[in-house]
Order: sequence, then structure tokens, then C-alpha cells
Amino acid sequence: MTREEAVALLNKSFGGKIQSKTKFRSETTYTIAANDLREIAKFSRDELSFDYLIDITSIDNFGEEPRYAMVYHLYSMQLGAHLRLKLKVPEEAGVVDTVSDIWPTANWHEREAYDMMGVGFNGHPDLRRILMWDGYPYFPLRKDFPLEGLPSEMPDVAFTKATPLEGGPFVTIPSTAGSRDREPRARPPEL
Amino acid sequence: MAETRLTTHDSKIEGNVIFTRFDAALNWVRKNSLWPMPMGLACCAIELMATAASRFDIARFGAEVMRFSPRQCDVMIVAGTVTYKMALAVKRIYEQMPEPKWVIAMGACASTGGMYRSYATLQGIDQLIPVDVYISGCPPRPEALLAGLMKLQEKISRERSFRNQMPELVERFEEALS
Repeated sequence: MTREEAVALLNKSFGGKIQSKTKFRSETTYTIAANDLREIAKFSRDELSFDYLIDITSIDNFGEEPRYAMVYHLYSMQLGAHLRLKLKVPEEAGVVDTVSDIWPTANWHEREAYDMMGVGFNGHPDLRRILMWDGYPYFPLRKDFPLEGLPSEMPDVAFTKATPLEGGPFVTIPSTAGSRDREPRARPPEL
Repeated sequence: MAETRLTTHDSKIEGNVIFTRFDAALNWVRKNSLWPMPMGLACCAIELMATAASRFDIARFGAEVMRFSPRQCDVMIVAGTVTYKMALAVKRIYEQMPEPKWVIAMGACASTGGMYRSYATLQGIDQLIPVDVYISGCPPRPEALLAGLMKLQEKISRERSFRNQMPELVERFEEALS
């Protein structure tokens, strides 16, 4: 099976469930509904040989509806091809089905997405925080979480304080100018 | 047969008796045998390792005995970014070190949080434990760490260690002498 055949097979089997398809540098991205994730994931692994889940990323489109998006980056060792599955998660639902039984590596990826973005996973065997400590009250990668952080306190475990930004965040301007103009500085927001 | 003679001057011990302040002798001993607690948390730890290795050789300053038990340490070298998750662990290890103890904050992160102005990073280890020497750099070169160590040695040699450590004993001395 070639890469094109795999894509064609996916199109044929799930034509109605694929909301949109984009192709960029020979990598294909499908937008699907959150309910169809497990079915399409299983099919991609078993029938299309996408045996490697590279990464799961979560996106916060703050101010838009649906607010969150999950992106599953798949790779097929056999085909040497990438496949991306993208799905929208509305804020009030806030959960998607786990794929940790399909690709075991998803276990920690999903824990990270839960820790940083607060997106839950139905059927996950062990959905605990992975980077921050249990009991930390915020989800730091959400767009409405300030960069400087918020104060919190868990006695004998950890505490956090808001960070003095001193006019920051410190932003680099990409350009061909000298390093003095490009270097990270506190920039007024209009720049 | 053994014979005891009264002498006012014994040439055998001449040159072997040194008069000094007790503090000075104690500090001299302390500062030349600082056993570090290598609190390596980020890339500064690589420079710390380089400082301990043959090219820079921290043993020249008597601080080569990196101890991985805080019970045996004199100086904690906080080398790297202290996250809030690690912060209380660092504090706990510091508290497990026996007195007298000193702290070197190595590099921008340990001193101020460095470039990590974010929710996850403690903005300087001095918010939790007292720091004796701050070393600038990101990461500092081994020479800078050695310079910091020498600064700490200077600082130790100026300490009134005996009086600080045993104030009651000093009081009783002074009472007896007056």
C-alpha cells in the first residue's frame, strides 16, 4: 500500500465523517468529529498501518467556539507517511475519548494535555497531572492564564507566586536588523 | 635514665607553635575544605561538572568532595533553574545540611529566575533559603564558579564563627577572664 492508497482508503471508508482535508508538503490533515476519533484512530492503525503516534497537541482558540482543538500526529513506519487528525472540542464538553488503548504512548501525551490545557479524556486509565503537582488549581497553557502565573499554595508540596514581568513579556522581533534591535526586550503591545 | 630539666626555651618546638585567634584558625580550616552539595538542576550543572573535572579542577580550592548526602555538606551549589515543583525539595535538602552551611546561587536562574519569567519558575532561590554568593552568567563559566567559591572563602574567613556558634561558651570565657 502506498501513501496515496492509504489516503484514498481513508477517504473511501470515512468519506462522510471527514469534515475537511488539507494537504501541506505532502502531509495530510483531516478534521473529524470528536465522536469519530476512536473509530478512525483504530482504522488508521490497523488498516492503514499508522502504527506510531508521534504526539498529541492541544490548542486553545480562546474567544472562538468551539474553544479547544486536539491534534493527533500519526506516522506510518511502513509507508513513511505522516497523517494528522484534528478535532474540535467545545469548552462545555471539555473531554475527548482516550486513544491510550490504541497507542499506549498516548497515555502520557493525554496526561500532559490534561495537565496543561484541562481537556479531559474518557476512559483514560490514569488521568493525573504529569508536570504540575496534584492539587495545582490552574491549567497554565490556557490563553486566559496569565504568563506571570497566579499565586497558589499547597502546604508541604509546592507554592507559586506571580512573577514580576517588569514591563515584559520579552519579545524578539524577527528581522535582519542588528542584534540590538532584535534582542528580547519588553515591547509595547502595538509592535 | 630519663631526666627532666627546667627550660625557658625549647628549640625543638620553636616554629611549631602558632599564635592566632581561634576564629581565624577555625575559618581557615573551614574555608579550605568546603564540601559541596551539587544541587544540579539545569545546564549550570554541566558547568559545575566541568569545574570539578581535570581542566578546571575545583580540588585546587579544597571543594572537590561533592557529597550526595546533605548530611555531609558544607556549601550548597544551586546550579540551575529552580521550578516551584522542585523548590521545597531544595529547601528540604538545605535544611538537612548540618551547620555551618553556605549557599552559592550559580547562574541567572538560581539567582533571579533568569530568563524564565513564567508561572513555573521560582524567581531566585533566595526567596526560600539564604544565599551567600551569587554568580552571574547563563551559564557561568567554570572560572566564574571558582571566583564565586573564592569569594565565599573570603567571606568565611571574615566570619566570627566561634562567637556565632557558641555564644554561651564565649560569655563564660569572658566572665572568667574579667
